[in-house]
Amino acid sequence: MAEVLLEAKAVAKHFGGVKALRDVSLSIRQGEIYGLIGPNGAGKTTFFNCMTGLYIPDGGGFVFDGAPLKADAPHRAAERGIARTFQNIRLFANMTALENVMVGRHVRTAAGVLGAMFQNRTTRAEEAAIRQRAEDLLHYVRIEDRADDLAKNLSYGDQRRLEIARALATEPKLLCLDEPAAGMNATETEELRDLIDGIRRDGTTILLIEHDVKLVMGLCDRVAVLDYGALVIEDVPAVVQKDQRVIEAYLGA
Amino acid sequence: MKNWLSPKSTVGIVLITVALVALPFVAAMGGQAWVRILNFAILYVFLALGLNIVVGFAGLLDLGYIAFYAVGAYTYALLASPHFGLHWPFWVILPIGAAVACLFGVLLGSPTLKLRGDYLAIVTLGFGEIVRIFLNNLNAPINVTNGPQGITLIDPVAFGDFRFSGTTQILGVSLSGPQKYYFLLVALAIFVIIINLRLQNSRIGRAWQAIREDEIAAKAIGINTRNLKLLAFAMGASFGGVAGGVFSAMQGFVSPESFSLIESIMILAMVVLGGMGHIPGVILGAVLLSILPEVLRYGVGPLQMALFGKMLIDPESLRMLIFGLALVLVMRFKPAGLWPSPERKRELTEKRAGVV
Repeated sequence: MAEVLLEAKAVAKHFGGVKALRDVSLSIRQGEIYGLIGPNGAGKTTFFNCMTGLYIPDGGGFVFDGAPLKADAPHRAAERGIARTFQNIRLFANMTALENVMVGRHVRTAAGVLGAMFQNRTTRAEEAAIRQRAEDLLHYVRIEDRADDLAKNLSYGDQRRLEIARALATEPKLLCLDEPAAGMNATETEELRDLIDGIRRDGTTILLIEHDVKLVMGLCDRVAVLDYGALVIEDVPAVVQKDQRVIEAYLGA
Repeated sequence: MKNWLSPKSTVGIVLITVALVALPFVAAMGGQAWVRILNFAILYVFLALGLNIVVGFAGLLDLGYIAFYAVGAYTYALLASPHFGLHWPFWVILPIGAAVACLFGVLLGSPTLKLRGDYLAIVTLGFGEIVRIFLNNLNAPINVTNGPQGITLIDPVAFGDFRFSGTTQILGVSLSGPQKYYFLLVALAIFVIIINLRLQNSRIGRAWQAIREDEIAAKAIGINTRNLKLLAFAMGASFGGVAGGVFSAMQGFVSPESFSLIESIMILAMVVLGGMGHIPGVILGAVLLSILPEVLRYGVGPLQMALFGKMLIDPESLRMLIFGLALVLVMRFKPAGLWPSPERKRELTEKRAGVV
């Protein structure tokens, strides 16, 4: 069995009286596509936010890549190798597509103010490498011809792709996609599916939150189902699909 | 390696250099007062570009920027005047002034990290006033700032025996004090322009821009927003401190009233009116807003005399009236500023067309 990359241990989060997450424990293995599904308000995004440091869990915690994830600062999660996209796309709207991806390189580069001021050899080399890598990534998600367009002027599908490219620029070990297929038509979903599959084949583990059950069942190696903040089941798609509790909770009785 | 400058930009640089060198001599024909006005215009360019780092790049609305200018000015004044009997050289105090202002920048920045927009503006505004009020009242129990009387007889800038006050002959050309300061200021302005340009297209500059655009997304891709915001405040403040030091030396006199809220607002107006985040725009804004009131000051009176044969409206009131009107008109017809960056211009025109 493959090594565990991320382990959630009894993660709990509540907002006032609402228990958004009730002791959720699950584990994501190296190299898999892991699906997280559940009805609206089941706590999927909350789980994401706890993991990436935007929320501080009220109980439990995460072990990532052999060491505990400290929930103190969101930028640390990216340093450790967790990248994410957002349900409602959050690009840097007034920067070009290329710049968006270049910013993604921030956490893996080092040039500071002095480097920028004096433009020494190291800084110039690093800058060229950032640009090169960003161009490669745009090519990888196949929007290279939109490189110089402002992010907000890209089509919806391209914005999703750009967000993935930006996340990949941080060289993640775990890429978390929050409803990447939302609002996409059948063709776009199909293309997205190929892209996600390709990213996994290139060695990145993927955590996928999705409403499109067909996409999740077809793409994921394992699936976890959340309902009212609690984990219902965690298993391979074939088993999850047949589980009576899942059918009741999510697919509709 | 960067390719060499194109012939077109070479011609441009030569023309600008010639103009910059000729300017103080042309202005001197109208009297030394005009050279001083010119000097202040350049000082404001310097200040506006410093503020541009905070407001334009990182998107942090700072209404207390003048406080850093005040800190720099007083640092110089205290270390180079008979007030404490200290007469340290300019090039020693300037970095100290920058460092002290930088410290104040971090001091202001750290408690305001979680604030944005209006709320940040209010806190920074308060900070600016606090500094001014301190300067006004720190004459008792120990006389540090000499209170509202200010500090006088501040040493002019000097490098060894070369003093910036009074007239000197260089290569047969007679240079007045203000003219010498002009060249010092131009050198400093070029320095700050280069730093602005280089920062803008750097890893740090992009991270600032990202914070301005979407702070949560910036955090999610691993940008340490706290440190970068503090850095923006610190850098902006340092430039303010340097400008303050030069101001102090040039004037020979500082008092708290030079650092009122209206000054902060003026500098912010230069940045916004010129085109936030766009370096040429900010320079244009600073030059226009510092020269225009002076032109009106000298122009409005004689114009009324010529048109009506008598003074209908007090020139001082009319000057501010026209100035205010000009600002309103610019914001109405060019909301992105007089010379916005291409991106920002697109953004605003689209919004108006209802596309976004």
